[in-house]
Amino acid sequence: MQLSALVEEGPAAFVVQREALAALPAVLRARGYLVVGPVVREGAVVLEELRSLEDLPRGWADDQAPGAYRLRRREDGALFGFAVGPQSPKCWFHPADALVFRARRSRAGTEIAPNVEAPPKLALFGARACDLAAIAVQDRVLREGPAVDSIYDSRRRDCFVVAVNCTEPARTCFCVSTGTGPCATAGFDLALTELIDEVGHRFIVTVGSPAGRRILAELHARPAGTSDVESAHAAHARAASEMKRAIDPVEARGLLARNAESPVWEEIADRCLACGNCTMVCPTCFCTTVDDVADLTGDHAERWRRWDSCFTFQFSHLNSGVVRAGTSAQYRHWLTHKLSGWNEQFGQSGCVGCGRCITWCPVGIDLTEELVRIREREDRPARPEIHA
Amino acid sequence: MIGQAPERLDPMVPRPHRIHDVRQETSDTFTLELKSLDADVAHDSFAPGQFNMLYAFGVGEAAISIAGDPGRRGVFVHTIRAVGAVTRALARMEGGETVGVRGPFGRGWPVDEAAGRDVVLVAGGIGIAPLRSLVYGLLAHRERYGRISIAYGARTPGDVLFATELDEWRNRGGIEVAVSVDRATESWHGHVGVVTTLLRRFSFDPPETIAMICGPEIMTRYVAGELIARDVVPGAIHVALERNMKCGVGLCGHCQLGPAFVCREGPVFPFDSVERWLGIEEL
Repeated sequence: MQLSALVEEGPAAFVVQREALAALPAVLRARGYLVVGPVVREGAVVLEELRSLEDLPRGWADDQAPGAYRLRRREDGALFGFAVGPQSPKCWFHPADALVFRARRSRAGTEIAPNVEAPPKLALFGARACDLAAIAVQDRVLREGPAVDSIYDSRRRDCFVVAVNCTEPARTCFCVSTGTGPCATAGFDLALTELIDEVGHRFIVTVGSPAGRRILAELHARPAGTSDVESAHAAHARAASEMKRAIDPVEARGLLARNAESPVWEEIADRCLACGNCTMVCPTCFCTTVDDVADLTGDHAERWRRWDSCFTFQFSHLNSGVVRAGTSAQYRHWLTHKLSGWNEQFGQSGCVGCGRCITWCPVGIDLTEELVRIREREDRPARPEIHA
Repeated sequence: MIGQAPERLDPMVPRPHRIHDVRQETSDTFTLELKSLDADVAHDSFAPGQFNMLYAFGVGEAAISIAGDPGRRGVFVHTIRAVGAVTRALARMEGGETVGVRGPFGRGWPVDEAAGRDVVLVAGGIGIAPLRSLVYGLLAHRERYGRISIAYGARTPGDVLFATELDEWRNRGGIEVAVSVDRATESWHGHVGVVTTLLRRFSFDPPETIAMICGPEIMTRYVAGELIARDVVPGAIHVALERNMKCGVGLCGHCQLGPAFVCREGPVFPFDSVERWLGIEEL
């Protein structure tokens, strides 16, 4: 929902001063939530438990480019003056390692017990619009059938989301073109826009759910005035206009379906290291494998589910051979699935425009550029060389 | 068993089954008959062409097609070639030991579509296993189908599986059976060569024929090509495909072929729906 629509409906936009927001993590914790938000760790913004607002990357900004990520200081004391880091909410909802079952073998027989440990009730603090879109994508894949991933479902259930609208996107962002940002429109309980100007350091808050309204009632908030709302709008519009990268998701779907044999895949493979970073940082990549382990007695075994990447040989391994052994085939599979096949499978694109795969690619492969290259080569097929 | 219902129905958790019978078929291939240790064996029915994930305790899991008679409720029969860590571990197991089972998964052979038509079955190697359950399904109502033919190719005479049953199907089932090997031995008096050449021996009415193929992918494509050349409708040719399967329910992402999850939309596909993808290398 747009800010303006909420304002028209009534007092749906509020102002919370920077000092008053400090109460929010404690309010959420008091309701039993494990509050997870951005913190600075080893030179990057990652998602960890947030004990107080002091844990946020206050006064930090990031510079992102293909294959480059650097934090730098900013002078205004902004709490959310950076874009997305390498981690996304999938690290919490679809954990990289999860116990599936424990098994025990004895004279009495074999017992296989599913892991029914209750996961923490999560409150995401500071989730960006692209991340909310990614959660919706993973919901469709892992929660909405035909099969339901019980690990994901149990972690997603009852979660609370405090979104933060982006006012300073990274140079690798392209969420405007995918229709998923920079402003959160759904999938949140509360959404914040951080404003720092002559009026002061404050947050314009919109309410996305009854639960959000109840939490907001515990903060010191006042209805937002027209100028506050206009300032927030201006910040969103500025963020959108600053975004230079773009894809056309509708065109990409058909383009990749038609171009499995484009020469561009081999050209990408000349640069791609098949490291799998893009699949790890992608907030929608959901593929997993399992590790079966046993102790030294051989009578106790466990199955662990772990993130997997389509850039490995094991991913497509059959006893008769590896289906996708070449890097070009692996990259083609990843990008074609993400932007094309995903539509067939789940009725939507698998890309939310967060730009993580561009930033965290060690050689800076940029899917927005590769799509252009594939289209150009389709329009102007290489002429066969004529040998004298 | 710890974790009774409803956890028992979690498709990610294997259900313990006892090995009721072990049969060594060839030097590297064996058959396990598995019976549920669960009083409620309602789960243990399947459609020919479906597969189970078999769990060897502490070692891992492998996707194995079901080779048994679908009319025999409460028992899973799996014919397995020992080629990887899991199947080798299963090969070492004995009667009375426990195997974990998840499944059955996937979409099997289109048995209903075969009614009133000639049926051509083509198997290569261990691909005969999922066709065995189909043959049992067809024989249960032999009168519903026209001519039934089976072409089966094995590497050597020593690799021919289900020899007794092949004879039975030929002699009492009203099925035309032709077997070929890639490399013959002195005692082999049968056909030698690729399985496609066997098709020429069969008489069937191409426009009224349904074909079902299971074997190495390259064989599958050649057989389908041969059948199409003989005017069998491409959409009436059904092929079982193999991809790396981990979860069996379309959640782990491994088995994708184009936009299809082979574990869920397959493993049996109409040939015309996958022909394009099979033609692209390393898709």
